[in-house]
Amino acid sequence: MADMRPTDSAPPGGLDRRRFLTWLVASPTLMIAARWGLDLPSAQAAEAPALEETALNLYVAVRTDGRIVATLPRTEMGQGITTAVAMLVAEELDAGLDAVDVSTADADPRWLIQLTGLSSTMRYLAGPLRAAAAEARARLVTAAAHRWRVLALTLTTAQGEVRAPDGRRLGYGELAEDAARVLLPEVSPLPKSPSEYTVVGQPTGRVDARAIVTGEARFTLDLDIPGAVPTVVARPPTLRGTVQSFNASTARAMPGVVGVVQLPSGVAVAAQTFAQAFAARDALQVTWAPGPASHLSDADIRARLRDAIGPRPLPPLLTTRVVEGRFDFPYLAHAPMETQSCVARVTGDVAEVWSGVQDPKFARSQVAAALGWALTPQRVTVHPIRAGGGFGRRFFTEAAVEAALISRSLGQPVKLMWSRNDEMRHGHYRPASHHRILASLGPGGSILGWHHRAAIPTVEFPHGFGDLLTSLLGQALPDVTSAVFFALTQHVPYQFGWVAQELAEVPLPIPTASFRSVFTSQVGVANEVFVDQLARELQRDPVELRRSRLTSRRLKAVLDRVVLEGAWGRALPPGVAQGVAVLEEWDSAIAHLVEVDVTSGTPRVLRVVIAADVGLPINPKGIEAQLQGAALDAMSTTLSAGLHIDAGAVREGSFADYRWLRMKHAPASIQVHLVRSDDRVGGVGELGYPSAAAALTNAIARATGTMPTRFPILDEGA
Amino acid sequence: MPAHQFMLNGQPVSVESPADLPLLWVLRDVLGVTGPKYGCGVGVCGACTSHLDGEAFRPCLHPVGEIAGREVRTIEGLADATGLHPVQQAWIAEDVAQCGFCQPGQIMAAVALLRKNPQPTDADIDAAMSDNVCRCGTYVRIRSAIHRAALLLRSGASLPER
Repeated sequence: MADMRPTDSAPPGGLDRRRFLTWLVASPTLMIAARWGLDLPSAQAAEAPALEETALNLYVAVRTDGRIVATLPRTEMGQGITTAVAMLVAEELDAGLDAVDVSTADADPRWLIQLTGLSSTMRYLAGPLRAAAAEARARLVTAAAHRWRVLALTLTTAQGEVRAPDGRRLGYGELAEDAARVLLPEVSPLPKSPSEYTVVGQPTGRVDARAIVTGEARFTLDLDIPGAVPTVVARPPTLRGTVQSFNASTARAMPGVVGVVQLPSGVAVAAQTFAQAFAARDALQVTWAPGPASHLSDADIRARLRDAIGPRPLPPLLTTRVVEGRFDFPYLAHAPMETQSCVARVTGDVAEVWSGVQDPKFARSQVAAALGWALTPQRVTVHPIRAGGGFGRRFFTEAAVEAALISRSLGQPVKLMWSRNDEMRHGHYRPASHHRILASLGPGGSILGWHHRAAIPTVEFPHGFGDLLTSLLGQALPDVTSAVFFALTQHVPYQFGWVAQELAEVPLPIPTASFRSVFTSQVGVANEVFVDQLARELQRDPVELRRSRLTSRRLKAVLDRVVLEGAWGRALPPGVAQGVAVLEEWDSAIAHLVEVDVTSGTPRVLRVVIAADVGLPINPKGIEAQLQGAALDAMSTTLSAGLHIDAGAVREGSFADYRWLRMKHAPASIQVHLVRSDDRVGGVGELGYPSAAAALTNAIARATGTMPTRFPILDEGA
Repeated sequence: MPAHQFMLNGQPVSVESPADLPLLWVLRDVLGVTGPKYGCGVGVCGACTSHLDGEAFRPCLHPVGEIAGREVRTIEGLADATGLHPVQQAWIAEDVAQCGFCQPGQIMAAVALLRKNPQPTDADIDAAMSDNVCRCGTYVRIRSAIHRAALLLRSGASLPER
């Protein structure tokens, strides 16, 4: 099935010593698969297994019409990976960006990692992508050399063609079949050096921009699956409440109603239109049993978290003064614009689901288990669909499970949509938290210790996180718990003497999930806010204090850049102030400078200046978009968006009371400056959140003279 | 069931449905016009924003019975045979979209703004666009795109009808 010449190639830049393999897949036209070789024996292995049996990361195929298709197990949710992947493939193949299609793979155990999260897509896949595309190019060139009976080394590639010195040209499509039979490339199959790049690194617009602005882009509920009936679910008032009894006789008699189905999570109603389904849902008479958190409200939760902080540890020797900071963060809903949704078709002993899932293999196993097929998950096909935002919410797949159960019960395909209320009140949330930071000061303004204890409800990590972290870190981590993830990700990038950060895990019966930047969205924010407090205590400038203590060259560079570009310390009117903060995470470093105006009483962000070192910037325009978006995310949740829990129920029900920022709150500009310290590919998706939140908080503290310690700041009751 | 007749993206349509069925679901579930999105169903997010007789409106709030004889335009009807509307062009040029789910509504709101106010200031944009939520946080680029579209409209030889 496969030709047996795995290519052993080191990624460009040479900073990562791990290797990856590429191999030719038997196929009528050229197809190259690739994978990281972390656990593989030597590249001289005699035979590679057939595609159906081989674990892989992705493959790149060239079709006879000249289209190049990169298939990868990742979901586009707005992060721009489709564009960045197309750029890498176009670069290595010397093809036009518009000749490349990027396809999202169905759930399949062959995919080594099939999870979109942890800012890992480009970090993890850039190497295999480059290798696969470069290998494909080498075979296309070799096929042309054989056709023309010339030396392969004399040929060049450009614009999707192989070109000979005498002017002859062949399009890749014309070579796609021959190239599939080339046994040994006669030119280098190694990727280009980044210094040769002409596509990668150029600010490039989204490849799906036209589809989006014309309304042609299809999300799950826009798919035309024949016979799929609109379906909604009546849900309990409390989190994870259950159905005690219900009467659907009125609902069943309403116009358009197709059926009513009881679920573990509520009562589903299917109808000819969603409006009719909503109307019939509202006519259901349901008696609900309260959920497991119905004894908990905000005050109880806050008390539980504070109680978990415990007594102060002894400060280091020579400590003359201990400065304490306490911070409270709220539960947050991910609130993607597209609510949870799924189209499902269950017929006999097979099921097919379409949904914007971040972890398709988990969706498959969950749906299979719900249908009683836990031992034969291959009966379930999961098609990941473009998602209207994910942010961590779509690791969980309740909608797919519900849709499959309803489809089987009704005997027809369904399109299930969660209402906005459902999305807000029955989510998995970024947990609330309480933090105590103790800074131990010694003689002469020295900093002898930093002790951060964070009380955070247990975070439910998605199924695939362990495998992904194992791949990223090169050490086996089968089960990722809150404690493990906290220890792996939480660092203090300063020389602060004896530094300790501890997680006090508080189990609460409120569903949780990772949220953009996970623990750093609380721990990292609190740290950077408290660094400013320390500067005030020591009567030092916050930038100068950071510079003197930062342990990372990259962080110093991005901090210097925002200080320069943002004119740190420039004269500002009363009530207007600047704040800075930094973060290094997932091989990237970032600094934010925020200017805020508090003269109206409500903080208004005037401008944001960002400097980021993400290593090799594959698409600077996409990176800028992610960092701008993360800044809005951070501003929203720092200032005004947060959840309240009332007796086990989430109070907020829509964007009317979950006060995400609007256009009128957006700053005049969010500038992004890229600093490139090396050619590693760093993470981008989560990078822009924590230091944006902290820099905004620091600016407000400097403008008002009071350090905010409870978030969101504008919530009186927070 | 009564038949409701109205113009949709320049074509007459007739729909048999209860008069109180919100237009959003007539568009999406009956006519298969999926550009306008459901984001809240109660008029607070703007994801379904389209045009009614040239004005921005929320199809999730308007029963189809109110629409009879009137002209509805959705994102699908914005580009014409000559190409993309200048607002769509500006959206591409500024690379506005991230997940894209809110963007049909954002674009339709922007088109309606520019028709009334061909040279909006930032304050005008804030006033007109603050009922459309973008969870991905593309507001700064939306603002730039509206200014760019205003320039395109001023410099363009032909002002689009819509």
